[in-house]
Amino acid sequence: MNFTDIQIERYSRHIILKDVGVEGQIKLLEGKVLVVGAGGLGSPAALYLAAAGVGTIGIIDNDVVDITNLQRQIIHTTPDINRPKVISAKEKIEKINPDVKVKTYHELLTTDNINDIFSEYDFILDGTDNFPTKFLINDACVLSGKSFSHGGIIKFDGQTMTYTPGNTCYRCVFNSPPPKGLVPSCSQAGVLGSVAGILGTIQATEALKYLTGIGELLTNRFLIFNALSMSFRSVHFNRNENCPVCGINPTITELKLEEMPVCDL
Amino acid sequence: MATFNLDITKEHCPMTFVKTKIQLAKIAKDDILEVLVTEGEPLENIPKSSTEQGFEILGIENLHDNIYKIRIKK
Repeated sequence: MNFTDIQIERYSRHIILKDVGVEGQIKLLEGKVLVVGAGGLGSPAALYLAAAGVGTIGIIDNDVVDITNLQRQIIHTTPDINRPKVISAKEKIEKINPDVKVKTYHELLTTDNINDIFSEYDFILDGTDNFPTKFLINDACVLSGKSFSHGGIIKFDGQTMTYTPGNTCYRCVFNSPPPKGLVPSCSQAGVLGSVAGILGTIQATEALKYLTGIGELLTNRFLIFNALSMSFRSVHFNRNENCPVCGINPTITELKLEEMPVCDL
Repeated sequence: MATFNLDITKEHCPMTFVKTKIQLAKIAKDDILEVLVTEGEPLENIPKSSTEQGFEILGIENLHDNIYKIRIKK
């Protein structure tokens, strides 16, 4: 493909990079990433993916913008209150970069639609706010051989890992959702807005690395950070042979949504 | 092995190297790109950046006044 003069200027700082270059930018423009949840994590992630020139960005979210979202969900603005998050996000992405084709899904991600939607994308970015959907994304990706970035935040803490087929999955580390009441929801516990920005931006970086094939992904390890001490550590996890979805004798062979209360990110 | 030409005498940093990289991406391995540059930043940085990114500088020649030709092998 040939870049237009405008594209050459827009992506000049990528093209200069040895590890991205012309070839990498073409991969980004041909890349397809689905952002699940246009919330705290999905907002910064979608903005950076759009700016980077990821050619197709899908956004799935069934919610509308609420004033309590605006403290951290930076793709939405005050005039967007009560508008569907996917529409608000699509408008911002198109303003940032007209090269990007945005596909919106104003619906919940469910066992019924997940495989059809995921099949259209190269990489999935989990920006969800609840454990059942996080496990559903993991299981759908493991069973269909799709790569994804897991992310979670609460208070001043964040964690993220990247799954690619053959490596440690989310269920290898966390067998099933925590029991009700053990983990407070974000509406109970709170979250520093910028923590969402840090984590979502790391997830976007993983997506960009995946699409361009550069660097080392966060596979087989969790990156965990605390904003108060501003400390980051990376914890290695091997694959779990007893993992219910990717282990030797898997008990999960079809998709099922786990029961858990939701948390409003 | 073919030789290609690029004139970046009207460009400014970083577009000088951006345009050079785009042209280098279009040609085949072992092809040669002859880049016309002006004295100063491009003359200093195009050879340096090209070498850092794995290309070979075959020679630099002063054509006239402040115009130079850098020969880069992919």
